[in-house]
Amino acid sequence: MLRGVPIRALWALLIAFAFAGPAPAAESAGPAAIAAEKSKAAKTSTADHTKFKALEGPFASGPEVTKACLTCHTEASHQVMQSIHWKWDTISPTTGKRLGKTRTMNSFCGSPLSNEPRCTSCHAGYGWTDARQPPPNEPSNVDCLACHDKTGTYKKIPTDAGHPAYVERKVGDKMVPPPDLAKVARSVGAPGRENCGACHFNGGGGDAVKHGDLDTSLIKPSKELDVHMGVDGQNMTCATCHTFNAHIQSGSRYATRSIDTHGKDLPKDDHDRATCESCHGAEPHKVSKLNDHTDRVACQTCHIPEFARGGVATKTLWDWSTAGKKDANGKPIFIKDDHGHLKYSAEKGDFAYGENVRPAYKWYNGTIEQVNVDDKLDGRIEPNGILTLNRLMGDATDPKARIWPFKEMKGKQPFDPELKTLLVNHVFGKDDSAFWTNFDLPKAIKFGMEYAGLPWSGKIDFIETRMYWPITHMVAPKDKALNCAECHSRDGRLAGITGVYLPGRDHFSWLDLLGYAAFGLTILGIAAHGTARLVMRKKTTGAH
Amino acid sequence: MSDATLAPAAGKPPKRAVMIYSRYERFWHWSQALLIFILTFSGFGLHGTHGLLPFEVAVNLHTTAALVLIALWAFTTFWHFTTGQWKQYLPQLSGLPAVIRFYAWGILTGAPHPYSKTLRRKQNALQSLAYLLFMVMIGPALWSSGIVYLTYPWWSHWAIGTIGLPAVAFIHTAAAFLMITFVVIHVYMTTTGKTVTHYVKTMITGYDSVELTAAEVAFLEEEKSDLLKK
Ligand code: HEM
Repeated sequence: MLRGVPIRALWALLIAFAFAGPAPAAESAGPAAIAAEKSKAAKTSTADHTKFKALEGPFASGPEVTKACLTCHTEASHQVMQSIHWKWDTISPTTGKRLGKTRTMNSFCGSPLSNEPRCTSCHAGYGWTDARQPPPNEPSNVDCLACHDKTGTYKKIPTDAGHPAYVERKVGDKMVPPPDLAKVARSVGAPGRENCGACHFNGGGGDAVKHGDLDTSLIKPSKELDVHMGVDGQNMTCATCHTFNAHIQSGSRYATRSIDTHGKDLPKDDHDRATCESCHGAEPHKVSKLNDHTDRVACQTCHIPEFARGGVATKTLWDWSTAGKKDANGKPIFIKDDHGHLKYSAEKGDFAYGENVRPAYKWYNGTIEQVNVDDKLDGRIEPNGILTLNRLMGDATDPKARIWPFKEMKGKQPFDPELKTLLVNHVFGKDDSAFWTNFDLPKAIKFGMEYAGLPWSGKIDFIETRMYWPITHMVAPKDKALNCAECHSRDGRLAGITGVYLPGRDHFSWLDLLGYAAFGLTILGIAAHGTARLVMRKKTTGAH
Repeated sequence: MSDATLAPAAGKPPKRAVMIYSRYERFWHWSQALLIFILTFSGFGLHGTHGLLPFEVAVNLHTTAALVLIALWAFTTFWHFTTGQWKQYLPQLSGLPAVIRFYAWGILTGAPHPYSKTLRRKQNALQSLAYLLFMVMIGPALWSSGIVYLTYPWWSHWAIGTIGLPAVAFIHTAAAFLMITFVVIHVYMTTTGKTVTHYVKTMITGYDSVELTAAEVAFLEEEKSDLLKK
């Protein structure tokens, strides 16, 4: 953790390192070395960052680099500070409810509150150590490098509130050398898949954990895995579709366009391209019967038959209720399954994983009703006792709703049975309350709830939860799209979709019964009549 | 109409083999039979009754066959009116009980058919009633609901949240059940001729032996000798 460590002390340490050991190259590189760095971007860009005086370095910290960036890109930080990447705070355009990572609950670690330095390692800035407050409002606290580094060496340390390592550090079992910030600064270019992926592929604390359709297999995917991003095909980056306007991205789970009636973006480019229709239009199929589906079925539903297809398993269940078990020697228990995945962790409870998972299908009009950390759960818990953390709005009667695919995440997480709220679990921190150090849940919850400033009855129960992650990446090549019968059959993929008549899936059972009976009895009647004819004819001819 | 006579009276002129189903009628009949078979097979395939066709194949086959059948029906309707053949379908309720009695009992005991074909009246009372039912009820229920079903994408916007599509599917499926029930009865009835295959042969060759009045024989021999089998 960086909190309380003066930057200057670190810098001194770094210099000492540079002179003592095999240099992590923190001093400024010679002009020849810099010239050799010529970034690839220089080929197409009008600016060659290796030629900028301001980027010669050396830089002692991330914020110092940002200051250098801002000498030319004067508005960059102000733009970033308007974005959800910075704020983690947004207003739902449809419900008006205030959402964002600092408020909404998920079925993974629950809430970033009281766990900041860990969770804010994915903040687009530096030093956000208290998520009860907005991020530190200094332009130099914006992290340019996380998104723009092209060396691949710049990594935010998981536990340092967004900072990279400034000295060699142990992360997990590996020693991580500090990146050469000046070299990184000179390498900058448009964000690539690794940049976005550093956070978005690792959401929930590890590769593939959260989304199911976003994991490290998308860094160098084949087109079989992702027809857009495949390095052997279109080779697109995330930002090819998630276009940015003044550092604000297009496409958001908090404001999904379930259907894009604007259609093709070009030739009138609004630089807002995060829907399939932006490039493919509303009637993309050569077979017109297929185009008849686009008003009610999202493209993703047929074109992403399965997610987690890249060989990395995604978490499908996280049961906190079993967390905290220790063995006879008092050591926390960790158990791996046959594939090497943790299936039990004393820190987190039971897990289940899935690869090549068939999505769950739901009507969805783009509005997600998300449970916030301070929301009362009355009226939200279904009769079967399950709480859906993000209710998907829309049904067959809603013209804006389409049938979408989702990763269904199952959870079991702590809640207050008396006050009927979810509970903030203080999992991470170098104090004596953090669950991952002390395995004492009441203590961790007490700390978490007090930190969040929320009331707690003192009781802990576990509630079963569901969370729905829209599936929209890992689009398969068209020959792998679903065929009709996957849905147009009695027990097909859309068996659970209500409010529409689906030929092949639906029928009126009593009409069928009546119809088959009428047909069957007719045949029986005919058989009887025919037999009688035969018998009588024999008789009459026999009589002759 | 009064040309249809009950059991042949003694002393009537002998029957003659006459072309009673013109080439167009036979073409129309058999292509309709084929199309209805295809439509039944594909329709009940996509309905989920059997799984012998992939869904998309069933839909494409059904749609194509349906459009062809509609065209055939449209043209045949036109033909019926221009040729006056539509009159064949006017039901003759007075003769009905006798025909029903025949099929229920008389046919078993070897009684003669109460109707005999004449040139102007090719069908018996029950037959014409059944065909009328087919042509004004089952057929139109199928093609009209089928067309509405087919054009669903054009009206789906207005039908969101209504029972529009289920209602159409209901009518269509119900009519389809009536259709297949009609077809099996119809096929069975074709076995009730002089021999089991007599009627089928007639519908293939077009010729049947029909009682002709002396005037008719004279007229045919004079004007339409090609209709008389030599
Ligand atoms: C005459 C013109 C006809 C038209 C225009 C027509 C059209 C259609 C259409 C558009 C469908 C829905 C297919 C889809 O899902 O895309 C359908 C279904 C069906 N058709 Fe037809 N059809 C016709 C005749 C017939 C006939 C003659 C039969 C059988 C006797 C038949 C039996 C069925 C059945 C059983 C279904 C499935 C209904 C359901 O499960 O919803 N159809 N037809």
